[in-house]
Amino acid sequence: MSRLLRKDLVILGRSRLLVALLVVYPVAIALLLGFAISRGPARPRVAIVDETTPGETLQLGDQHVAVASYAQRLFDQVQPVRVDTRAEAIEKIDSGAVVAAVILPPGLAARLSSDENQAQLEVLYNGNALEQSIARSTIESALAQANLRFSEQIQTSARKVIDTLLVGGKLTDVGGPEDLLGLEHIPSTLGGIAARQPHGHDREQLERIGDFAGFAAQNLGVASHVLGTIGQPIRVNSVLLHGRRTPLDAFAVVVAVSLSMMLLCVLLAAGAVALEREEHTLARLIRGRPTARGAGDAGASLVSPAGLLAEKTVLAAGSAFVVAFAMLAGIGAFVALDWSRVGLWLLALAVGAVALSALGVAIGALAREVRAASLLAFLTTLPLAFLALVPAGSVSGGFATVIDVISFVFPFKAALEALDTAVNGATPAIGLSLLHLLVLAAAFGALARLGLRHVE
Amino acid sequence: MSAVLSVSALAKRYGRKGSTTGRQALHDVSFRLSPGELVAIVGPNGAGKTTLLSIIAAVQAPTAGTVMRAGGAEDPRAGCGVGWVPQSPALYSKLSVAENLELFARLERVSDPHAAVARMLEQTGLAERARDPVGRLSGGNRQRVNLALGLIADPPVLALDEPSASLDPGQRERLWEFLAARVAGGTAVLFSTHNVSEAQRYAHRLLVLSEGRLLFDGPTGALLASSEQGEQGAEGAGGDLERALVRFLEEHAYPEGMP
Repeated sequence: MSRLLRKDLVILGRSRLLVALLVVYPVAIALLLGFAISRGPARPRVAIVDETTPGETLQLGDQHVAVASYAQRLFDQVQPVRVDTRAEAIEKIDSGAVVAAVILPPGLAARLSSDENQAQLEVLYNGNALEQSIARSTIESALAQANLRFSEQIQTSARKVIDTLLVGGKLTDVGGPEDLLGLEHIPSTLGGIAARQPHGHDREQLERIGDFAGFAAQNLGVASHVLGTIGQPIRVNSVLLHGRRTPLDAFAVVVAVSLSMMLLCVLLAAGAVALEREEHTLARLIRGRPTARGAGDAGASLVSPAGLLAEKTVLAAGSAFVVAFAMLAGIGAFVALDWSRVGLWLLALAVGAVALSALGVAIGALAREVRAASLLAFLTTLPLAFLALVPAGSVSGGFATVIDVISFVFPFKAALEALDTAVNGATPAIGLSLLHLLVLAAAFGALARLGLRHVE
Repeated sequence: MSAVLSVSALAKRYGRKGSTTGRQALHDVSFRLSPGELVAIVGPNGAGKTTLLSIIAAVQAPTAGTVMRAGGAEDPRAGCGVGWVPQSPALYSKLSVAENLELFARLERVSDPHAAVARMLEQTGLAERARDPVGRLSGGNRQRVNLALGLIADPPVLALDEPSASLDPGQRERLWEFLAARVAGGTAVLFSTHNVSEAQRYAHRLLVLSEGRLLFDGPTGALLASSEQGEQGAEGAGGDLERALVRFLEEHAYPEGMP
């Protein structure tokens, strides 16, 4: 096996363009994907047409909430491009300069104060189905955020008015007296006055008014709490069941390295096996010899089929292991990784590389020529990477089951999980993932052996 | 003379056992090969020539029958089986001529790989191209390296599948000179060819295969003679082996006319 390995390394060394492609391409793809995963989506460019009157406010008690502050909340969620007219906004959408436009109509404050008309914004967008979906969801999300914050501001003002009504104070802006008594104080004040009245109709009436004021104060106090609850009815308390909380950038590193390792392992292993067939050397290497036991005695071949497949697996896994570890170490200079777990990194990389290379030799043995093997390797690996990154629960039940089955029978997801556990401690135990990878390596090795049954 | 290789009741079927879509490539083929014998396998396309040679070279296993080499397991030399020279050169194009030869010499566990490489480079006239990558060689030179690989372990039997198919007349002449020297040294050579005049000129013996059956095993002269003794009134082959072969096949394999 060592002679064949040396031969393959010499051939690789003389195929500099191939080596460069095999290393640079997966690393570039992996880094792009990792970068995309680790960064949130950029704020979309949205045209804003503000037709509200400058300084327009919504008055709540002595509080004035500026409509412009609502617009500002909205602008915080997007990259605002201020335009003066609706026509200008449409032009910007058509030219692709912005994904959508939001029009704040005049009289927004009046509509917010009105019991009859709900305040309404106009959202304009265009483009194909995907662009429409992105624009709509982005704007809806931004509007929801702005609505929530504006509603909190309105609630705060409303609670202040209610509190003043309850405990008393100044409420002149809504036509109240300078020194408002406050509902809470009415029962005791009226109780004192009623106590000094003779028993009779007037005293009963005063006591009834006092009771009502007490009851009203109690319920207005509840309303104040209810307003706070409406703003955010349910708070979220997140609990991670297993492992450590993984920062997105550390997970992105694992995805980038795993993807790079898969492309390198599968392409190199598939290509190396297919090359033996394409150069017609496979038959020369693994043919048996006529011996006393008869023709095709495999024990007398130059290299056994299993030995040949093992050599290609070692070649691809070894190369990918070196590149993947170099990537981890290189990225580790920019992203905080736990170097005390380096032993586990090496174990996960080694076992993952072997399993992925076994997939590669199976593809190479079945594809029979280098171009077909490379194409099949790409067609196999890219969907595997995509499917492994689809979050559980984000697709319908049937499709999720299909994804689970595919991810289970191919080694990418298991390699990703093993490396995530090794690097980030994503799950408490790495053993199950490693065992899964070893079983898959054996299964794909057996498939590759079947593929070599007919050498010519 | 004792046989260096015995082929006995060899059969090969492609496709699953009992399958109706399978094809019987060889039927009950038996013959022996003596040291220093140069034997040509001829026959129409699909006759089973390549299948027969690849089974002898142990590239594929027969469905039935045996291929036995004299000495068998008792022969202590590891690389003493059958040298295999496939029709398409089986070489690593990124390696040099010498690197290809040395790799296979080591894989064949030749006792002195460097000496074996030097010997084959000299015998095939490739010493000056030893460091050239095989991918840059002409078709003729690639075939020479292919032949050298088949002989690197000095096997007693050499199996060649249409060795002169891609060669120009000069290269063919040199190939046969080289093989004649090996035969003179005692190597038994078995080759397939469509070039019947080549078989007539160089082969000691002829095997005629048709649809997987061995129809003739004997000297070329015997095939010519059988043509001369054909049906009364029919024109003889007049010493032309190609014509004799066609008439032989018409008579024994395709009585209703050649396809």
